[in-house]
Amino acid sequence: MEVYFDNSATTRCYESVAKLVVQLMTQDYGNPSSMHTKGFEAEKYIREAREIISKNLKVNEKEIFFTSGGTESNNLAIIGTAMANQRSGKHLITTSIEHPSVLNAMKYLEEQGFEVTYLPVDEKGVLKLEDLKDALRKDTILVSIMHVNNEIGSLQPIEQAAKIVKENNSKTLIHVDAIQSFGKFRILPTKLKIDLLSISGHKIHGPKGIGVLYVHAKVKIRPINFGGEQQKGIRSGTENVPGIAGLGVAIKEVYTDFEEKQKKIYEIKQSFIKQIKEIEGIVINGAEEAGAPHIVSVSFEGVRSEVLLHALEEKNIYVSAGSACASNKPAISSTLKGINVKKELLDATIRFSFSFDTTFEEIDYCIQSLKEILPRLRKYTRH
Amino acid sequence: MFKAFLIKYGEIGIKGKNRHLFENALVRQIKYALKSVDGEFEVTKEQGRIYIEVLSEYDYDEVIESLQRVFGIVGICPVVHVEDKGFDELAKDVVAYLDLVHPDKKKTFKVNTRRAKKSYPMSSMEVSAGLGGKILEAFEEMKVDVHTPDILLNIEIRNKIYIYSKTIPGPGGMPVGTNGKAMLLLSGGIDSPVAGYMIAKRGVKIDATYFHAPPYTSERAKQKVIDLAKKVARFTGPIYLNVVNFTDIQLYIYENCPHDELTIIMRRYMMKIAEHFAKESGSLGLVTGESIGQVASQTMQSLAATNEVCSMPVYRPLIGFDKQEIIDVSNKIDTFETSILPYEDCCTIFVAKHPVTKPNINVIKRSERKLEQNIEDMLRIAIESTEKIVVTAD
Repeated sequence: MEVYFDNSATTRCYESVAKLVVQLMTQDYGNPSSMHTKGFEAEKYIREAREIISKNLKVNEKEIFFTSGGTESNNLAIIGTAMANQRSGKHLITTSIEHPSVLNAMKYLEEQGFEVTYLPVDEKGVLKLEDLKDALRKDTILVSIMHVNNEIGSLQPIEQAAKIVKENNSKTLIHVDAIQSFGKFRILPTKLKIDLLSISGHKIHGPKGIGVLYVHAKVKIRPINFGGEQQKGIRSGTENVPGIAGLGVAIKEVYTDFEEKQKKIYEIKQSFIKQIKEIEGIVINGAEEAGAPHIVSVSFEGVRSEVLLHALEEKNIYVSAGSACASNKPAISSTLKGINVKKELLDATIRFSFSFDTTFEEIDYCIQSLKEILPRLRKYTRH
Repeated sequence: MFKAFLIKYGEIGIKGKNRHLFENALVRQIKYALKSVDGEFEVTKEQGRIYIEVLSEYDYDEVIESLQRVFGIVGICPVVHVEDKGFDELAKDVVAYLDLVHPDKKKTFKVNTRRAKKSYPMSSMEVSAGLGGKILEAFEEMKVDVHTPDILLNIEIRNKIYIYSKTIPGPGGMPVGTNGKAMLLLSGGIDSPVAGYMIAKRGVKIDATYFHAPPYTSERAKQKVIDLAKKVARFTGPIYLNVVNFTDIQLYIYENCPHDELTIIMRRYMMKIAEHFAKESGSLGLVTGESIGQVASQTMQSLAATNEVCSMPVYRPLIGFDKQEIIDVSNKIDTFETSILPYEDCCTIFVAKHPVTKPNINVIKRSERKLEQNIEDMLRIAIESTEKIVVTAD
């Protein structure tokens, strides 16, 4: 049995998506900017995808911008609005457990003379709203909060946060990194009073190299790349038509029978948590029951995560140590530090992330394998 | 502009009756190095020199770079060809050559002529003197210095006339394969690839053995070692790499022996396995990247303890090097960046906080007695299940 529990790193592309992508690469390969029929056809695919996305988010089609993925969406949202709104102030707020594509964009802005407040989180990885209230200033132009944390799956109270921010100053913008949550929840930016929302294709069984940034029509934003003025000049560059069309299909598929899927994946997670608690010497990080339906972060006492990861791999079970996006280098995760994981467990943490396709058999097999592997690994530890 | 290269080789020129063996090996290595370079080349050996004639378009930098990886080459002289159209034409060509190749004229020079084509109407001395005069006429700032000239302008009169004055340093050493073969214990670290390079520089062909310990070490760690071998293979030619699964042996030692002796005992078994492969492939020695005192397992006592299991000589070309010196070579041969990729290797996974630094061989042997029951079988299984990979430079 092959068990892929690394769906927060990336997901398997739907067959229907892959088929359409190939078709758009080999047959309908026109450039949407071309004036002939082939260009027009390509443009139609973009229109269709844009319609699917805007209907899903219940926003205007003009508010959808296609990017190269989650990182670019986050970069564009943060740097693009900071640069465009700096006359109103140079203060930004975010949390200490954001993805590096947010944290490093913030760091860049600090070098450019902006001031950034990084809000702490509690031991469950959740932002305290009073902290947000206290941090807001007259010159705060942007608050960027991730919806679901990529390493521990904690869920941020974005609706209440947005409310607090807008009550303080209706002009302050709110950006939500929804890369881990889109496809797992229904997200309606207008209702939530969110001004900018980042989405990534390959986290929801779509292609890699495609992302979306929703930008509310009234938001002032400046481009961060320059070229042929495609997408109203906000995001120049020939549109990634296969990626865009593929993303459209993926969104359609994900949100078909959605409530049913959502219920099942919660059950999957509960089954996993229930069973893993039977194992001695483990700590579940972040909120157990609350939180995202697809991510469970577990620390294993006396085992190094890298070794456990490879031992699981020998059983055809694929997981991440910490967060895959940051774990090419075994640097200690800022999220795990942010929620005060014990020092000796920082290097002993595995992330299991499920998808709608995950089965209960896979969960059982994984638990069984852990029960088999752990005593062996714990017998031989470094002194 | 340059249509040929004259290859200078120092040391191998003095090898007496074996000289032709060394020269043939060098020609072979040059041909091998040029195989991966775009263009057509002819390598010939005559009168104690090696010429590379270029028969097609080629990239100069690419040729020089690949020749600089051929051990045995001391210098590479890029050569300009001109047709023999009489002395006056030659003088014009030589002046034009100097102007192009040596833009800074505040230099002393000497002309050195060799006349391979004896039918040429002037003697070597006459050609040198004549050209010297023309050069002085053309460039006022230049001066003659026959003892220590800045520019030694060489003229070789053959069917065509060869002009050269620049010598680009080669890597030195001796052609790979002229000094037998050795087995390198290759890890993912900084030192062992450098040790392999140093031994190969002395003309030794190398094979390699790598120990991995899944799941404690990853596929990426193994790929890293293959990548390092690839880099070294640019100097040494193809490397036969043995990948030994060492996990069970390592855990068995861990279970039965004192943990502070773990590394020493482990290394003793690694040496044994490597020696087995060395004998199998006709190697004459083992090579390691050890340097005295660098870590606990590389003190004089530790080295003696690991050495004791081998009947073959163990060569340690880095023995007197400081870390920085090793890093310098590692940068030179472009293995450093790969070496520092942060994947765990099997030497560090169970390392004790305070490993013995002065192991007593008798104590170690007593500990090893606790392994008697299974170790021979385990060694045999490790050897039999070893994966063999041929690693070539891209």
